[in-house]
Amino acid sequence: MRDDVIGAISTPPGEGGIAIVRISGEGCIEKVSQIFQARVSGKDIQVQRPFSLTLGWLKDEKNEILDEVLVAKMNAPRSYTGEEMVEINCHGGSITARRCLQRVLSTGVRLADPGEFTRRAFMNGKMDAAQAEAVIDIIRAKTDRGLKLAMKQLEGKNSEYVKQLEDCLIEANMLLEANLDFSEDVGELDYDQLRRLLINTRDGIDNMIRAGELGNIYKDGISVAICGKPNVGKSSLLNALLRKERAIVTDIPGTTRDLIEEYININGIPVKLIDTAGIRETSDIVEQIGISKAQQAVKEAELVVFLLDIEAGMTEEDKAIYDYIENKERVIVLVNKDDLMEKNISEEEIEQNFTELRVIRASIKEEIGIQELEDIIEEMVGVGLIDSDNLEFTVSLRQKETLLAGREYIQEAIEAMEEVPLDCLGVDIQNGLARLGEITGRNLKEESIDRIFREFCIGK
Amino acid sequence: MIYNAGSYEVIVIGAGHAGCEAALASARMGCKTLLCTLSMEHIALMPCNPSIGGPAKAQVVREIDALGGEMAINIDKSQLQMRIINTGKGPAVQALRAQADKLEYYREMLKTLLAQENLDVLMAEIQDIETRANRISGVITKTGARYDCRCVIITSGTYLKGRIIIGDVMYDGGPGNQFPAMKLSASLINNGIELGRFKTGTPPRINRRTVDFSKMIEQPGDGRPLTFSFISPKQKKPQLSCWLTHSTPRTHRIVMDNIERAPLFTGVIKGRGPRYCPSFEDKVVRFAHKDAHQLFVEPEGRHTDEMYVQGLNTSLPEDVQIEVLRSIPGLENVRIIRTGYAIEYDYVPPSQLKLSLETKKIEGLFTAGQINGTSGYEEAAAQGLIAGINAALKVQEQEPFILKRNEAYIGVLIDDLVNKEIDEPYRLLTSRAEYRLLLRQDNADIRLTQIGREIGLVDDTRWEIFNRKMESIASTREMFQEVSFTPADEKMTTFLDVRGSARLKDRVSLWELLKRPEIHVEDFENMNWIETLPGEISEQMEIQSKYEGYISKQMEQVRKFEKMENRKLPEDLDYSEVYGLSNEARQRLKDVKPGSMGQASRITGVNPADINVLYIYLEKKRRN
Repeated sequence: MRDDVIGAISTPPGEGGIAIVRISGEGCIEKVSQIFQARVSGKDIQVQRPFSLTLGWLKDEKNEILDEVLVAKMNAPRSYTGEEMVEINCHGGSITARRCLQRVLSTGVRLADPGEFTRRAFMNGKMDAAQAEAVIDIIRAKTDRGLKLAMKQLEGKNSEYVKQLEDCLIEANMLLEANLDFSEDVGELDYDQLRRLLINTRDGIDNMIRAGELGNIYKDGISVAICGKPNVGKSSLLNALLRKERAIVTDIPGTTRDLIEEYININGIPVKLIDTAGIRETSDIVEQIGISKAQQAVKEAELVVFLLDIEAGMTEEDKAIYDYIENKERVIVLVNKDDLMEKNISEEEIEQNFTELRVIRASIKEEIGIQELEDIIEEMVGVGLIDSDNLEFTVSLRQKETLLAGREYIQEAIEAMEEVPLDCLGVDIQNGLARLGEITGRNLKEESIDRIFREFCIGK
Repeated sequence: MIYNAGSYEVIVIGAGHAGCEAALASARMGCKTLLCTLSMEHIALMPCNPSIGGPAKAQVVREIDALGGEMAINIDKSQLQMRIINTGKGPAVQALRAQADKLEYYREMLKTLLAQENLDVLMAEIQDIETRANRISGVITKTGARYDCRCVIITSGTYLKGRIIIGDVMYDGGPGNQFPAMKLSASLINNGIELGRFKTGTPPRINRRTVDFSKMIEQPGDGRPLTFSFISPKQKKPQLSCWLTHSTPRTHRIVMDNIERAPLFTGVIKGRGPRYCPSFEDKVVRFAHKDAHQLFVEPEGRHTDEMYVQGLNTSLPEDVQIEVLRSIPGLENVRIIRTGYAIEYDYVPPSQLKLSLETKKIEGLFTAGQINGTSGYEEAAAQGLIAGINAALKVQEQEPFILKRNEAYIGVLIDDLVNKEIDEPYRLLTSRAEYRLLLRQDNADIRLTQIGREIGLVDDTRWEIFNRKMESIASTREMFQEVSFTPADEKMTTFLDVRGSARLKDRVSLWELLKRPEIHVEDFENMNWIETLPGEISEQMEIQSKYEGYISKQMEQVRKFEKMENRKLPEDLDYSEVYGLSNEARQRLKDVKPGSMGQASRITGVNPADINVLYIYLEKKRRN
């Protein structure tokens, strides 16, 4: 039996106030401590007492806050599974819980198999022998449900796509293995073809993961932060998008003191619009709170609409706010008041400052450029997708983990192609094949042996 | 009239490649052994291609050698040509292949058998195996001799109810027109062993004096003194060439014009044949777009003009075979010596076996070789060796000897046979081995000699040679790690520049340097940094350093694999009382009776949930 560290979300799916990510196995406390920062310094969970709760933040790869969480630690054998365990209470609902779990998995924790916590609990003597059959029922039910879900996900177009992906890698494996086992029959290996197949597989995996993410976007929605200096027209834009009055619109800077969030639907994608208070230094305490929330909102948003006032020109304040936005590739620049005669921002200035960004000339008052903005939001959400038919494509976390593991092997093979002999290349390709096969339960290794005999004329 | 003819501990039925290894292993392990053969003239017969080795098979031959088997030594004595295949594709798939002098191979093996202590060779057809309470008690020959014994190993190859097919001509016969064994099948069935039917085939043999070699491409041997065995003397032998030619559009037309006379297509042949060894007519039909198939003309021995036409195995009628041959460049005036044929035979579907190759039904009964649904001399010999060892261990009342998938190709072979549903003759491929990088031909001795010694098949001479080699590897490796150079070393800098290799930045050892693909041990020798090393030592240095990364990757996989392998399943586990297994898994587990959790997980039809169920069941049982 595997006794590595496993993790999963253990609360039922759907929206709830909190969600719990459960992690079990020797060394799990140390793993979680790598990504957890206690609110009170010195309360590192490694040194905290067992059965204590620690408040703090889960940090992402860039050491930025993912969520505020409560972490419970339990030492072996006094836990549900009888192993060292950690439970992370996430506060941000199911989407955040998923992100937290992914972060946990990135430390080398394996996604738990269906029913695995229960199985471990039983194996470690946490359950009576009489409960064995109940445990089996749980595992069977969860496995069957998992299978059914996976099968359902893999119906129709999706299965077609997965199959193409598998076939591509099978073909690569077949070319290589035929060349190793039957070199005299099949002749020299076509390296270019092999590379092409591996690259196609890798790109296919990437597309699938991206399509899955898009599927999630359709389910979970995205957030779009509207930012710019005070009075540039943020609230007006929000309102224009909502096409109804909601936020207070005045001409006095600083009236939007807190964040205003509104939901709209852009061609089926749920979009959370966030109107941020002007990001700038201020002495007003209430406004300061608004500002720090604004900064957080900009950081977390999938897309950022950055507003400029063509009449006011590009000021130092504009530049300061723009510089504040991280990951510029998610920025849409909206130049407001383009209907006015007086234009103090030149084409050159825009070209120079916002190279390769999408720029919209708009007049929010006249409702010019609003449709264009919606189109661009939709387009940017779906950048580089396979095709719009696959929009309902969903990739579960398990599938994604499997795909990523497979992708890593294939990428290694592509990179090593020129440098290592074919037998070593085979190690990576066969590992990739094994991972991909887990998605559909196909024995891809056997199938590629079959393909060798079907496609090559082999025989002494 | 049946008479009592004597008593043995182990009796081996059949003296092909499996039988010879089985008998020698058993006798060498101290068991009183009898080897029965239908014909003293056809011991260790190569009824098909005159070659041994190649990818996956060479590794097996070396494994047999490391364990104290005979095949490697015998082919080293009788080879006509040695070549290394797959050079430049990495150490794991590099494979030695020998062309064999068939007659010499037979003579050398016969000599070895007859000289073997504890071993009697007898020309007799065994018609019955005798059992008492599902346990082997003896065998009975066609002439009425009854021998008592503890274990029987059947290595009957393709002789069981063998049936030869050439066009519309069909008759009972073993390979090469031998007598078939017509009675033993019934005896097996009576003892509850199920049988299936497979088919294989062989090409016609032709007379060298009627071949025009000027129209063919010569394929000479390697020239280096290569050997399969780790202990054979390295000496050069005169090498005979093979010759490459090809079929023509006319050849294919002849086949197609006569296709309605081909037994493969008329439904006469019912047994399933191997896909990796299709008959020529099958190739022509399935690959109709190809207008040429390559054919190798190979010598069958130094003292015969018979030649083998590799790639042309066929059961077409004899007259068509002649026409086909004569449409091939260089064979325009060829004369046939032996006609090609297909042969159907009974085999024992190997899911009836334990990993020791003992049958599950009859205690003391082992089967090995082609009877288990495999093909290839090497696969047969490997099974023979394992069956011989396990029969002897059984007699000595010791635990069976089982090689794991991470230890040897032999382990992969037998594990596949027992756990997979075999529906065509099984052939080893390097791609069947998960840990291919570890199972190389160059390290078979390092992997297995120690084990062979423990079993008792590795004699003092081999043991001494092996230990010397291991010491030399260890000390050389140490030396490579100790000798190091600084970036200031001018001689080194010049050398690296000439080699087009990056200059040193820090102090670097020879070992680290050797990891670079463009640097070789030979370079160190040429630069006088080290003394000239024996080839097998520098080979190990190259491989162990250059592939260290990938090898440790595979070792990591092996560690995971072994965890499940080491979790044993009781042999008497009653799967019908395990709650929660799927019906298919339950049936398959009942049939296979896996010895470990790892083995159970490889059985077709058993999924991960079933494995979980087994874990919980065992835990519950342990607690009660």
